[in-house]
Amino acid sequence: MKSLQKRRMPAFVYRNITFLVAVFLFIVFFGLGSALFTNFFSLQVFCNLLIDNSYLLIAAIGSTMVVIIGGIDLSVGAVIAFCNMALTYMLSIMKMPIIPAIMIVLCIGSLFGMLHGWLVTFKGFQPFIATLAGQFIARGACYLITVDTIFVDNPLIVKIAIFKFRFFGSFISIGAALALVMIIVFQIVADNTQFGRNVYAVGGNEQSANLMGLPVRRTKFLTYTLSGFLSAVASLAFMLYVLSATGTHGDGLHLDAVASAVIGGALTSGGVGLIAGTLFGVLTQGTIRTMITFQGTLSSWWAKIATAFLLLLFILIQRAIVTNRERSRVAKKVEVIDPVPAAETQGVG
Amino acid sequence: MDKIKALLRRKEVLSIAALSLLLLFNVFFTPGFFSLELKEGHFYGSLIDVLKRGAPLMFMAIGMTFVIATGSTDISVGSVAAIAGAVAAQMIGGDFSATAGTAASSLTPLPLAIGAALLTATLCGVWNGFLVSYLGVQALIATLMLQVAGRGIAQLVTRGNVITMYYKPFFEFGTGYFLGLPICIYVVLAVALIAYLFSKKTSYGLFLESSGSNRSSTRYAGIKVQTMIWIAFAISGLMAGIAGVLIASEVKAADANNAGLNYELDAILAVVLGGNSMKGGRFSLAGSLIGALLVQALTTTIYMKGVPAQTILVVKAVVVILVGIIQTTNYRKLLARFVKKQPSEAFEVGK
Amino acid sequence: MPEEKVLLQMNNIVKIYPGVRALNNVNFTLQKGEIHSLCGENGAGKSTLIKILTGAEPRDGGDIFLNGNPVFPKTPMDAQKLGVSTVYQEINLCPNLSVAENIFIGRQPRKKIGGIDWKKMNSLSETAMARLNIKMDVADALGEYSVAIQQMVAIARAVDTNSKVLVLDEPTSSLDTKEVRQLFHAMRNLKKQGMGIIFISHFIDQIYEITDRVTILRNGNYIDSRPIKDLPRMDLISKMIGKDIAAGESYKDRIDGERTEKKKFYSAKNLGKRGVISPSDITINYGEVLGFAGLLGCGRTETARLIFGIDRPDDAEIEIKGKKVKINSPADAIRQGMGFCPEDRKTDGIIANLTVRENIILALQGREGIFKRIPLARQVEIANYYIKLLSIATPSCEQLAGNLSGGNQQKVILARWLTINPELLLLDEPTRGIDVGAKAEIMNIVVRLSNEGKAILFISSELDEVARCSGRVLVFRDRSLIGELEGEVSTRRIMETIAYAGQEEAHG
Repeated sequence: MKSLQKRRMPAFVYRNITFLVAVFLFIVFFGLGSALFTNFFSLQVFCNLLIDNSYLLIAAIGSTMVVIIGGIDLSVGAVIAFCNMALTYMLSIMKMPIIPAIMIVLCIGSLFGMLHGWLVTFKGFQPFIATLAGQFIARGACYLITVDTIFVDNPLIVKIAIFKFRFFGSFISIGAALALVMIIVFQIVADNTQFGRNVYAVGGNEQSANLMGLPVRRTKFLTYTLSGFLSAVASLAFMLYVLSATGTHGDGLHLDAVASAVIGGALTSGGVGLIAGTLFGVLTQGTIRTMITFQGTLSSWWAKIATAFLLLLFILIQRAIVTNRERSRVAKKVEVIDPVPAAETQGVG
Repeated sequence: MDKIKALLRRKEVLSIAALSLLLLFNVFFTPGFFSLELKEGHFYGSLIDVLKRGAPLMFMAIGMTFVIATGSTDISVGSVAAIAGAVAAQMIGGDFSATAGTAASSLTPLPLAIGAALLTATLCGVWNGFLVSYLGVQALIATLMLQVAGRGIAQLVTRGNVITMYYKPFFEFGTGYFLGLPICIYVVLAVALIAYLFSKKTSYGLFLESSGSNRSSTRYAGIKVQTMIWIAFAISGLMAGIAGVLIASEVKAADANNAGLNYELDAILAVVLGGNSMKGGRFSLAGSLIGALLVQALTTTIYMKGVPAQTILVVKAVVVILVGIIQTTNYRKLLARFVKKQPSEAFEVGK
Repeated sequence: MPEEKVLLQMNNIVKIYPGVRALNNVNFTLQKGEIHSLCGENGAGKSTLIKILTGAEPRDGGDIFLNGNPVFPKTPMDAQKLGVSTVYQEINLCPNLSVAENIFIGRQPRKKIGGIDWKKMNSLSETAMARLNIKMDVADALGEYSVAIQQMVAIARAVDTNSKVLVLDEPTSSLDTKEVRQLFHAMRNLKKQGMGIIFISHFIDQIYEITDRVTILRNGNYIDSRPIKDLPRMDLISKMIGKDIAAGESYKDRIDGERTEKKKFYSAKNLGKRGVISPSDITINYGEVLGFAGLLGCGRTETARLIFGIDRPDDAEIEIKGKKVKINSPADAIRQGMGFCPEDRKTDGIIANLTVRENIILALQGREGIFKRIPLARQVEIANYYIKLLSIATPSCEQLAGNLSGGNQQKVILARWLTINPELLLLDEPTRGIDVGAKAEIMNIVVRLSNEGKAILFISSELDEVARCSGRVLVFRDRSLIGELEGEVSTRRIMETIAYAGQEEAHG
């Protein structure tokens, strides 16, 4: 659609600037890595980003939606660990068939999500404390199953885990493929379903959304439930990736998930966020981690510090943009058709 | 009668009652809870354990009380404790040889090492306070960043190792005894007293309570609310640092991964059980200390009952949820007659 | 009036809140194709009546008929479905969503496959806005447009949902003259389509420009309802305020004496803020009570906030005691010797959780800083001194401030400022919500302070109070200063000024 006024940049860029920044950032880091290390610039290295971070990608989708609605989910890593532990236990120790085990795990994740949703929506809990409690329950439950590390020995699972989708001389795993599918599905949901749009509306201004007649409570409850469900799906990808389960898995993952959403353009104040952007948030963090691995001598903890730093950087940039916008307040112009005839302005119409 | 009513309305009542209830429960159902032994001039027993193990939590609860009084929250306390312990251990130095037990010497004078650890922790708090009050970052996000990155920083300080220390004087803090009781108790009381004096004998306590109760009115009265918030975070950092040094002293090692782990929920729970509201405003340090004792007594009771240690996490989380729900229900019952829909208060943090 | 023309009929509406009868058998009739103003000062019951109509509050008595059918809206959604749409002063839309989405969210057009049909939604939105004479890019975020346009979008949403009744609650508060004209043009279009519009506004000029009929409420009671052309301005104002002109106010009732010499404390040139209040020059002298008078929403409080530094003025020249100063925060103002009792006691003045003593000494302690704590004994001494001086009714100074009555809370805030001995005291509605006895006490205190040499700024919506104790009165209307009265200031003179000042240049 043609713009009504001359803009400094095309409409597509203006409307999606945060997404483009996320893509740009990823390109910068990937380029940096390619420049610093040999063998970095390859399709397989890129595919490995998807493979190594498949579970984070899926979980970050849920975290993005929770951030858009104005909340936060601190339970992500713990729920993944617990679901992974439960699944591994059911498959390897209890020798359960695969499909029922997966169904159970998806229910577990959803139940966690529902608990959070219930506490936040109906009991007025602050999201952080509700999901922090959930984090502790999940972590504790994880250890309750076993304090040891257990391994997946189900031959079919192992086959799925090492399966490679080959193309152009590279490959990705099923977990990575699952992650990509999830991203596409949820981007479509966010853009084209009433539920998706309601999430944005409630996150933008809950009071207005209520007055506009939108189902605020249902939307909030569903969003948290979805985040729990996605954590469970993420645990499937996680299991395929590590083929083992231990209580310390996923520690600190909640920060990575939130950071991915924010780098991808989500505002912690709510109402803004892009799932496709989160993809690049994850890829950027993955690139940094890969660079650290390639470097060889840096401790892996630098990755966590880098993530925290990126998160801080993006939050500050967002704040600067918001403050700047509020100060300049140059509103967009509109065209008035059929200007008001002078005769109407006198007396009562 | 009025005096009794006034006493009953104090914040600390609920936590004292709950603690008494728990102790009563233990009298009947937990044999050995109250047994005290006197060995070599030191008292031993579960009660002493509660005091000893609860000491780091009590420090954190003191710091958390100030932060919650402003209506914010600080979930980085565990990581800051780890950083402090790491700094202290790094400066004291560890001996990796098998000859443990010998009176090794410290790389730096002990006061300097401890001072550096506390300074680092306080700087962490200053950093949080800066983000929250001057840059306007949400308290949760700001402290979340330090919570995760802080572990990484602690790891960097210890170069990824668990530093085991052998410098005896350092252990006095965590394992020493004085007049039969653990030294850490005296330190807790001393620090609590200083914190109390700071809040009551200067006008900081008043300004803080005012800021937490009604930010706008306080600002109109000409008080710099931002500064009050920033100081609260700095105190929280310092307290986490003291706790971290204590933990390192008790365990005789600095484990960047595990030191202070999961303390943030405990600290918040302690403060809330102590009768403090998460919306901010009036606060009671005594209440938080009792709340911390309550949390620790609960933990010890559960251990003594033979329940696996990992359940503790679940139990604490459930307690947090129950306390929150109870808060909501009371409020609703009170106002059900007058107002149709009232936003609930459980764990609501003021903005 | 013929029955077919009646769109909305509200009969004998009663609403009771604990302790107060907010609406007492109020009647309201709206015709098809009519713009109807609902007028009244603070506590008149306008917003309560609207809340009942729009389903935000249940009624305690009375009937509502829409097109002859009895209706019982229980929620805002109910009201919307019945055809009553409201556009509030705070634009209740989502600024992060696009214009089109704001119009259609909750009822987006769907594609055959099931997803949202964005193209159709955008084109329908363009049509909706074109009906209001606006051509715009509906795919852009709402927040990027001015408040005036956002309001039009809110109206478009309301109108698009087949509304019969449109309620506009203070729609022009944030609009400039051109935008108001645009809005009125759109309203007239809607009127032609048979819509009934309820227009709530404080701007007298606008009411006379756009309205067909007006209904006046006062203190929860129905006062009158008639065509606007049959109601002279003076009558409208006196009905709203409740002062009968015939009674006549004698200025002999005033307590303030004459001031012979005028020593300036505060002087501001060009004090104003774009979109809030037009610039004006203001002087406040020692030993004088300067009154700000006008109807609700006229700009008095906004000016006071600019003086005290709560809001920043657009390049004003401010002098205090002859010296040029910049006042950009309350702390600045306090340092220059000012104190401010805000209009909203509960959110900006009293700290309910703290004791009376703590509330009183707060500003004084704030000036001393963290480390120079005023000893408790001295605090008690100061608090008790002011409790006695201002006759604050409290069992002790340790009583929680939140438990005091409104009048005593006001005295506590006053005491707070007196402890730092300001040279200028700004009082915004100091007697609002206070019983008669306390009102008189506070007025006496005000005049006493003025006689002791302090400069006082006194804002009140009770014109007789302003008239009684002010030596000089600045009259505001529609966000600008329109007159200054000295000497024989009476309620009647003030009302006349509000009604007629500047009438010659009415439609600029």
